[in-house]
Amino acid sequence: MSDILSMTAVAARQALDNKTISAVELTEAYIKAADDTADNNAYVLRTSDKAMEMAKASDKRLAKGEAGLLEGIPIGIKDMFCTQGVETTASSAILKGFVPPYESTVTENLWQDGAVMLGKINCDEFAMGSANETSAFGAVTNPWIASEGPLQGKALTPGGSSGGSAAAMAARSTLLAPGTDTGGSIRQPAAFCGLVGMKPTYGRCSRRGIVAFASSLDQAGPITRDVADCALMMTSMASYDSGDSTSIDAPLPDLMDAFATAKNAGIKGMRIGIPDEYTVDGMPDQIASLWETGRKWLEDAGAVCVPVSLPHTQYALPAYYIIAPAEASSNLARYDGVRYGQRVDGASLDDMYAKTRGAGFGDEVKRRILIGTYVLSAGYYDAYYIKAQKVRRLIQNDFTNVFADVDALLTPSTPSAAFALGDESKDPLSMFLNDVFTVPANLAGIPAISVPAGLSSDGLPLGLQLIAPSLREDTLIKGAAILESAAGFDHVASGAAS
Amino acid sequence: MTDIATSPATSPLVEGRTGQWEVVIGLEVHAQVSSQAKLFSGSSATFGAGPNEHVSLVDAAMPGMLPVINRFCVEQAVKTGLGLNAEINLFSVFDRKNYFYADLPQGYQISQFKQPIVGEGSITITLADGTTRDIGIERLHLEQDAGKSMHDQHPTKSYIDLNRSGVALMEIVSRPDMHSAEEAAAYVTKLRSILRFLGTCDGNMEQGSMRADCNVSVRRPGAELGTRTETKNLNSIRFIAQAINSEVARQIEVIEDGGTIHQETRLFDTSTGQTRPMRSKEDAHDYRYFPDPDLLPLELDAAWVEHLRQNLPELPDALRQRLMDQFGLSAYDAVLISEDRQTAAWYEAAAAGRDAKLVANWLAVELFGALNRMGLDLANSPVTPDQLGQLVDRISDGTISGRIAKDVFAIMLESGDDPDQVIEAKGFKQVSDTGAIEAMIDTVMAENTDKVDEYRGGKDKLFGFFVGQIMKASKGQANPGVVNDLLRQKLDG
Repeated sequence: MSDILSMTAVAARQALDNKTISAVELTEAYIKAADDTADNNAYVLRTSDKAMEMAKASDKRLAKGEAGLLEGIPIGIKDMFCTQGVETTASSAILKGFVPPYESTVTENLWQDGAVMLGKINCDEFAMGSANETSAFGAVTNPWIASEGPLQGKALTPGGSSGGSAAAMAARSTLLAPGTDTGGSIRQPAAFCGLVGMKPTYGRCSRRGIVAFASSLDQAGPITRDVADCALMMTSMASYDSGDSTSIDAPLPDLMDAFATAKNAGIKGMRIGIPDEYTVDGMPDQIASLWETGRKWLEDAGAVCVPVSLPHTQYALPAYYIIAPAEASSNLARYDGVRYGQRVDGASLDDMYAKTRGAGFGDEVKRRILIGTYVLSAGYYDAYYIKAQKVRRLIQNDFTNVFADVDALLTPSTPSAAFALGDESKDPLSMFLNDVFTVPANLAGIPAISVPAGLSSDGLPLGLQLIAPSLREDTLIKGAAILESAAGFDHVASGAAS
Repeated sequence: MTDIATSPATSPLVEGRTGQWEVVIGLEVHAQVSSQAKLFSGSSATFGAGPNEHVSLVDAAMPGMLPVINRFCVEQAVKTGLGLNAEINLFSVFDRKNYFYADLPQGYQISQFKQPIVGEGSITITLADGTTRDIGIERLHLEQDAGKSMHDQHPTKSYIDLNRSGVALMEIVSRPDMHSAEEAAAYVTKLRSILRFLGTCDGNMEQGSMRADCNVSVRRPGAELGTRTETKNLNSIRFIAQAINSEVARQIEVIEDGGTIHQETRLFDTSTGQTRPMRSKEDAHDYRYFPDPDLLPLELDAAWVEHLRQNLPELPDALRQRLMDQFGLSAYDAVLISEDRQTAAWYEAAAAGRDAKLVANWLAVELFGALNRMGLDLANSPVTPDQLGQLVDRISDGTISGRIAKDVFAIMLESGDDPDQVIEAKGFKQVSDTGAIEAMIDTVMAENTDKVDEYRGGKDKLFGFFVGQIMKASKGQANPGVVNDLLRQKLDG
């Protein structure tokens, strides 16, 4: 059984093609792994019967030689994706009992390619959080534990908001996991859990059918065990969708080919920028030194690394925490108890609204709705929202300027390794700081990837991030392939199923 | 109540107890875009379906559902802008107007706030005395309609119908250029006529396809603008005029009694003909407008706009001028016939190649009169344009007299028959055969030898008597011209 769980998606696809395993066997192994690791609270809903049916159908297609890109691969779905006939709540009490009569475009793409649905996965409520602690279903535990140091013996966060997805990946209770990333919600949990996580170019994956958090920032992407799986899954998830006005009608570069090219020929001549401004106060030495090591790995493969400046970086986080709540305050207005989800009756319409939303939303969601409502209010709009949009433009310009000279940027993924559950939720401001390296790519709409690059002195995973210009996911895959081989990260979480 | 007495001056003034007042009126007209589908979803935008039958996942604001602009609605808005002689903004932005209401599923209305699709323009109105005035258009923007709440279906619950949720509206905002209810009514009439000619809004106010919000204030002539009130959701031209007159009278009375006007939103009560307060400025919503991140800015191709401009249909002003030039119609007839395109098309079909003025008279007087009596409109007229044209032809070619034509027309209205069928069947054909008429004249003269002598003795007035006798003998079918000529020859000869 452990042999099956240790296979990557690419390896499993090959084994399915070679008939050394069947889709039913593979799915059964993951259903059992999810049973065995249920304590981490990664799944909020299991669809094992549906999974077995889909696996049987996959085996039939494999037998007929009609297998798709992800044929027979078992996948747990972040609860932000609407799934037809399967309850979808965005981990919020307000959507309890909501069963969408439609499928999100991204998950539809996965099913069209033959993937098997294991269930729905925990996340921060409406994807608002960096520790997966705001979920109405409770926190998720990171399968990794500290081998020594102050965190030893403590339950750790898998990060957020795709914390359940990253935990399930690290626990090997799903083989692939689609996430959503508004300010780092794919890359930060991937870094905390020793996984690869990519946020593609804004518009690469359709937002249709994904519960909206902040529309101009939200973007779906893969969380995978390695870079080759990331290339594979990204290829399936991406599509132009006329049902999303912000969808991009441009072909995705051949990512599997980009991966093979980098593995075979290196990245000779690729220019990598090292942004000065990503050195932040209080960043642990081991993260600074891992960053330096990453630079050497890329140079060893033929890249030229140069220092660059992104002068407006320090304003990214404040701008993000105005724009994202502003959009969220409006996007979440539809959860009013009138048409679907939970309703708490009241004496009047306004009373019903207040009671429904008071009971249905958690503290973090309420906090962001309040912030967003405030920054859009008459008299404050220019000082906050308009100024934040100007900052956003300056940050975009920073990237445009450096990408005139370099092909990609190398930065740490996070300012720390995973922290203890409960530690950061006491102080919302410090939780926001988790997103300091990831938020700029969301503001600029450009692609970025986090790759596991080593362990902290406590034995916890650390990630490095590559950021590329719009539409250049191929550059990310090439650079990530080099970092991955050089790092040789082959550690497995102690909480992984076996 | 203050008497409303408008003076004939350029800017009509209202006489109050303490002197004269000038009225300032601006209108916001919501016109439903004529389109099969809604503004941001594919569901049907047609009128008359059962509750919630035309609702898509987008219209109901289901989680993760996204708006996609309907290109045809954009085209309709641009055409309307061109028809209003307005500036077309090649770059415009959709904003969210945020507020909570049970029939607003998204919790916001998608509208255009700072950068509308159409900028400044103007239209020319014609008043009853024939004078014309230009009324400025400030802007036109596209927005979604909300659903409908029904509070009278259940003792404790409200029912929601989302059929209208997401239907495309054009909000057309005038400059405060109007000074009387008559001007406001003329403005809405003209605007409706332009929209109908363009085919961009059906203008059916009773179905809610067009509604107006009236901004009204009063001031002493030449003084600073007074505080305005906004009376919302007026759905007929008569109500617009009534609401303005009642609001003007109320404002003057309040001020003349020493009070002040509060900026507020008011409702018009159709049963009393008065306005009453709905909400004051203090209760006004903070709509928290911001650009909708689900939609890209709307960027129009200048060549496409130019193509639309070149292919605009003929508009009321141009049509009126052409009717006068081409058919020699009077300004009065031309205005009447150019008010809507169906009437004009009907007229042109009937008048082609005929005595166009006579056709206009028959249309304006006889047919409109008859349709009015029958409670019908032109679209379901029992007489076709061709039939009316043929009837006029029979008058022109002397087959029947104008008087007989009215009898023929009455039968046509009943039966829908062609005029020739009626004339034939009823034996209405005018007798122009000189032999037959001469025989009738001889008979009449033989029976009235005394009158013949009197006439020949100088009593000229008796000529009419002889004509009458002959027409009577011919049952009205003798050609009056021929009768006149022959009778004169015989009596005088």
